[in-house]
Amino acid sequence: MAVQLDALPPVTPAERSTARPPRRYRLSRLDEKYSPYLYIAPFFLLFGVFGAYPLAYTFWVSLHDWDLLAAEHPFVGGENYTRLLADPDFWHSVVNTLGIFVLSTVPQLLAALWLASLLNRRLRARTTWRMAVLVPNVTSTAAVAIVFGVLFGRQFGMINWLLDLVGVDAIDWKSNRFASWVAISAMVDWRWTGYNALIFLAAMQAVPRDLYESAAIDGASRARQFWKITVPLLKPTIIFAVIVSTIGGLQLFTEPRMFHSGTNPIRGGPLRESQTMTMYMFENAFAPHYNFGYGSAVAWLLFALIAIVAAINVVILRRLGGTDGPPRVRRPRKERAR
Amino acid sequence: MGVFPRRRLAAVALVAATALLTTAGCGGDESAEGGPVTLTVDVFGQMGYQELYQEYMAAHPDVKIVERGTGGNLDEYSPKLTQWLAAGKGAGDVVAIEEGLLVEYKANPQNFVNLLDHGAAELKGNFLDWKWNQALTADGKQLIGLGTDVGGMAMCYRSDLFAKAGLPTQRDEVSKLWPTWQDYIATGEKFKAANTGAAFLDSATNIFNTIVLQTAGNAQGYHYYDTANNLVVDSNPAVRQAWDTTMDILDSGLSGKYGSWSEEWVSAFKQAKFATIACPAWMTGTIEGNAGPAAKGKWDIAQVPGNGGNWGGSFLAVPKQSKHQAEAIELAKFLTSAKGQIGAFKAKGPLPSNPQALDDPAVADSTNAYFSDAPVGKIFAAGAKSLKPVYMGPKNQAVRTEVENAVRTVDLGQRSPEQAWTDAVNNAKKAAAK
Repeated sequence: MAVQLDALPPVTPAERSTARPPRRYRLSRLDEKYSPYLYIAPFFLLFGVFGAYPLAYTFWVSLHDWDLLAAEHPFVGGENYTRLLADPDFWHSVVNTLGIFVLSTVPQLLAALWLASLLNRRLRARTTWRMAVLVPNVTSTAAVAIVFGVLFGRQFGMINWLLDLVGVDAIDWKSNRFASWVAISAMVDWRWTGYNALIFLAAMQAVPRDLYESAAIDGASRARQFWKITVPLLKPTIIFAVIVSTIGGLQLFTEPRMFHSGTNPIRGGPLRESQTMTMYMFENAFAPHYNFGYGSAVAWLLFALIAIVAAINVVILRRLGGTDGPPRVRRPRKERAR
Repeated sequence: MGVFPRRRLAAVALVAATALLTTAGCGGDESAEGGPVTLTVDVFGQMGYQELYQEYMAAHPDVKIVERGTGGNLDEYSPKLTQWLAAGKGAGDVVAIEEGLLVEYKANPQNFVNLLDHGAAELKGNFLDWKWNQALTADGKQLIGLGTDVGGMAMCYRSDLFAKAGLPTQRDEVSKLWPTWQDYIATGEKFKAANTGAAFLDSATNIFNTIVLQTAGNAQGYHYYDTANNLVVDSNPAVRQAWDTTMDILDSGLSGKYGSWSEEWVSAFKQAKFATIACPAWMTGTIEGNAGPAAKGKWDIAQVPGNGGNWGGSFLAVPKQSKHQAEAIELAKFLTSAKGQIGAFKAKGPLPSNPQALDDPAVADSTNAYFSDAPVGKIFAAGAKSLKPVYMGPKNQAVRTEVENAVRTVDLGQRSPEQAWTDAVNNAKKAAAK
């Protein structure tokens, strides 16, 4: 599964003679030299149009006082950023985002790892089970969020009704900061655990069976095999899953937005209990403030935050796994004998 | 791999890339010449135009009307409209604008057709004076929209719950229960003591909006902004008075805490979980939609405590980006004519802003079967001509959101009234400065 970015192409072209080649070869040499760039160009063109340009344009907008409806947009330089850094509502949304992110991502990846190792065993109707874990991911986010929003309702919600049955007082899931984080994390986990489990499963299938066999012969327990063989060998995949979850988790919008209904749901509760950064961006760029410049500044700080958190994740994971080299697992005998 | 297929591949890739880019670049513009013209009308809430469209299309065979967004809530509608206007593309040919948002759109009138350039001036007599003036820009040179409805106030109540609580159920007697808001609270306490399993009112925000617009209308005619556009949330006695009255209501434990327009609010309508709701004329359509046919005849309409007032009311405007401006203006004129306003009133209840429509027996003598045949014409229309409008400043929506949210935190027990008032004032100032 490991992807080596600096690996050489599989086939190195043979050395050519330094003599000037006949004319008819020149065209084919040009072709050989430049057509690979043409093949990969579509991605970069599309990325340029739909990725880099919006990014740069957002930055340009963030340097202006940009009322969405006005004809004039005066340049204000870094003012939006300085105001934003001193804005307690912005920092409140950062804390919410990180809180929901940690509450959802950590259990989600652990559960996915566990689920993947279960699915990796010999099971009856294996494919059915494997497909079933992906079902939550296929449903529409908005539909999931609405259903969970109803389940977690204060007065008519099923969760509070169940809590009542066991004698726990009703929890106001939507206007209690921590409770709303838990509810939204539950929604995210429900949707993404199966997806990550399948990615982990794919990586697990690539782990050579003989590693487990020799470990079993050496008397390693299932749990020990899991932590000493599976997890280290899955490290690149885990890093990938963590980065993807970081990007998704920090951009969380639909779930918390749809979780709240009624007037002004973009605030995520009366005291902004579960307002994420993307919601704060929307609140400023669109209703009710229509301040596009300020909203764009939020977008850029979000970008910076994602980069920082992703970097931290990678560093931590590298440390956890020890070196970046081959996993410290006992090699099968035949290899050692060399 | 030989040379030829590879070069062909490169060519295919290039063609694919250019094709992708060009299709992304241009949308199809339908030609405006010949054939029927399709007019898109963007609305929110319940405007009641369906039958009017049929009639208009029958009289104008070259026009086809498509309505988008019926039933949608204003919070979802307004950002979309703003984006369309900002992008210069996407808005309908005729768009509905609520009065609280009109002030923001009016600040950038270049986005809309000036209706004064299209013979709107001669229609002035068709609208209540203040309704006409609301849509005029500050310099009086541009008219953004034509008025549709106004929001005359009443108090809707469930007579079955009132009967259960041993209170009078006839609308005249109910109106006599609460000449003032203090009387409303006293009645609420009696209702609460009867333990019907329902709250006395839905939640804090609807009642607060009603009271603040009423007190401001009866006092100097402005609430969050004065007429010179200074933010006066903390210094306007009308706002503070409305705040205190609302706090008294909440303090008496009368609120069901069902956040307005939330899913729980809709469920509470269906399950008859509250007995009263402040209802501007346009709210009757919402109540009917939420409570459903099963509650027909269980709702009724009484006078609002305090003295009259206006909440809400909309306008129809034509964005400059419309490709069929002339046809759109004609349609807007038709929908806001006396006939159009009467039709909308009969369909979904928004109260006309047209004096002739208000006098028309079809409105003045009308009753509403859903609300136990309440004489809605008499209740709403009678006061409409003497309505005192409230002036709204440039960031009205943002400021109102902050004050409303502060009220809600008290409703949910998250803040004390004094803390919440501080929040309301500070956040309103912040929002106004953004």
